[in-house]
Amino acid sequence: MSSVQSFSGLWAYWLIIALMMVGLYIVIARDNLIKKVMGLNIFQAAAILFYVTMAKVTGGTAPIVPHDPAHPGGHGGHEILYSNPLPHVLMLTAIVVGVATTALALALAVRIHGDYRTAEEDEAVAYDMDHS
Amino acid sequence: MIEKIVVLEVVLPLLAAPVCVLVRHPRLCRLFSLGVVALCFAIAVAVLLEVRGGGVISYQLGGWPPPLGIEHRVSTVNAYLLALVTAMALVVLSFDSRGGPPRVPEQRKHLYYAVFLLCISGLLGMTITGDAFNIFVFLEISSLSSYILVSLGGHRRAVLSAFYYLVMGTIGGVFFMLGVGLLYQVTGTLNLRDIAVRLEPSLDDRGTVLALALLVVGISIKLAVFPLHHWLPNAYSFAPPKVSAFLAATATKVSFYLLAMILFTIFGAPFVFEELRLQAVLLPLSILAMFLASGAAIFQTDLRRLLAYSSVAQIGYMTLGLSTANATGLAGGLVHLFNHAVMKGGLFLVVACLLYRVGSVHIDALAGIGRRMPLTSAALVIAGLSLIGVPGTVGFVSKWYLVSGVLERGWTAAAVLILLSSLLALVYVGKVVEVVYFRKPPETQPIDHVREAPFGMLAPTWVLAAAAVFFGLTTNWTYGVAREAAELLLAGGI
Repeated sequence: MSSVQSFSGLWAYWLIIALMMVGLYIVIARDNLIKKVMGLNIFQAAAILFYVTMAKVTGGTAPIVPHDPAHPGGHGGHEILYSNPLPHVLMLTAIVVGVATTALALALAVRIHGDYRTAEEDEAVAYDMDHS
Repeated sequence: MIEKIVVLEVVLPLLAAPVCVLVRHPRLCRLFSLGVVALCFAIAVAVLLEVRGGGVISYQLGGWPPPLGIEHRVSTVNAYLLALVTAMALVVLSFDSRGGPPRVPEQRKHLYYAVFLLCISGLLGMTITGDAFNIFVFLEISSLSSYILVSLGGHRRAVLSAFYYLVMGTIGGVFFMLGVGLLYQVTGTLNLRDIAVRLEPSLDDRGTVLALALLVVGISIKLAVFPLHHWLPNAYSFAPPKVSAFLAATATKVSFYLLAMILFTIFGAPFVFEELRLQAVLLPLSILAMFLASGAAIFQTDLRRLLAYSSVAQIGYMTLGLSTANATGLAGGLVHLFNHAVMKGGLFLVVACLLYRVGSVHIDALAGIGRRMPLTSAALVIAGLSLIGVPGTVGFVSKWYLVSGVLERGWTAAAVLILLSSLLALVYVGKVVEVVYFRKPPETQPIDHVREAPFGMLAPTWVLAAAAVFFGLTTNWTYGVAREAAELLLAGGI
């Protein structure tokens, strides 16, 4: 497979990796704690998108069995192509985990701000150097 | 009957946590959580007795058979971990810290026990579950609650350390989740045993190799494998000492189990250690951890920080055992899980005793404490000797099998390095013991008012110190089980 093909066929993955690195870069490069939390969120969102991409079946529809009065419990005999519902379900859990992490991180940031009067990591570290 | 009981390991602490929130009475909550953990420990021991000799207990959650449903699956490997985690939780919770962490106001103390129980439940869940995504969920339950526990330390740095820990932990968690996603993409299943059967790892299959990389890096952050250990010294030295004792004794141990399970059961030793040659990375990193972290420990002036760096070094010994990929070495690594939990848990409880009576664990503040607190100091010496690996203590047992495993593999240089790194442990333990027993207290800070720690603190500390000697002399239980677990892992079973 040429590099052009592998790019065009896998563009969703390239996008996810790019998004992920943006998030990771923010976490590493920014000193502001709130920005770090936002970076972490972007990083998590990229992983969630990865699962959602994985669930896509070409031509597939939402995995809901259509209600047909003539055939209760069935779908009238014709085949329907569904997307894979499992990764979506998993991501509901991952989103909840993400929300909990963000809430906790922000709560800690508030406490840090209360103790150090700053939300900048470098200033907090410098404060500890001065007051140790 | 025993198949049904196994699920209670997770369910009991998970349900007990909200009960603590409702009860709102700190002393009652403490007794209640102690009771729940004691029950979990009893179940873990019963389960371990049941599965020893190759038995397996499988519980299908909600009655859905695997691979579609989530399965809780216990063999010797994770029964060993269940017993370890519940035993350490029991000892640490029975430690009477006289009012709990200082930052928590009296009317919120009950929440501390709720979070503690959640953490235990997460750790037990990670150990017991047979479903890859379920591991991620429990991993996050235990991680989120341990960030909270760390942030309760008295110093303002505790909150900052908890924040670092959260950032690192979340990155590790997301890596793990991506790895699980790739495995699902390759095999189409989330059941661990089913993944192991369907996965045919090969170096040409980039998806599989990437999945392995993501899982190993993700878990290594949680395990604090050198050089991903940066969060650990801060988290352990600023957390409340009781929390440090618990996390040092359990959290990294469960991560080690996960790493071993991923490498041996899911990907299989032939692929990881013969085709991919992971030991080419794992062995140098383990040796670097042993030397650099022990070296860093020597220069610490705070006892907690010293112990935290020593933990990073000890994790190096465990991963060294893992990289030998033979039964003796792996059993050495697994038995070191238990041994390190006992001695490091004991040492952090000693720290808690010292903090309560002396008010500081700065090395200079401990001068001459050996005379004022003889029992606490004696526990410190016993656990310290064990950390060095003196014969008759648990530390010797693990180092003996690690060295044998490494020699079996033909790595003579690594065996020499293990022994040399023990000398570094001798230096940092010796430094503390010298100050505690032989140095005169400073005239500016008289220690005449310092008394021996109360019984409620001494008893759990001495249980661990005694265990460090007892299991150093009788190895049937620890090494016997670890050996069986190692052979099971090498055969690719769980």
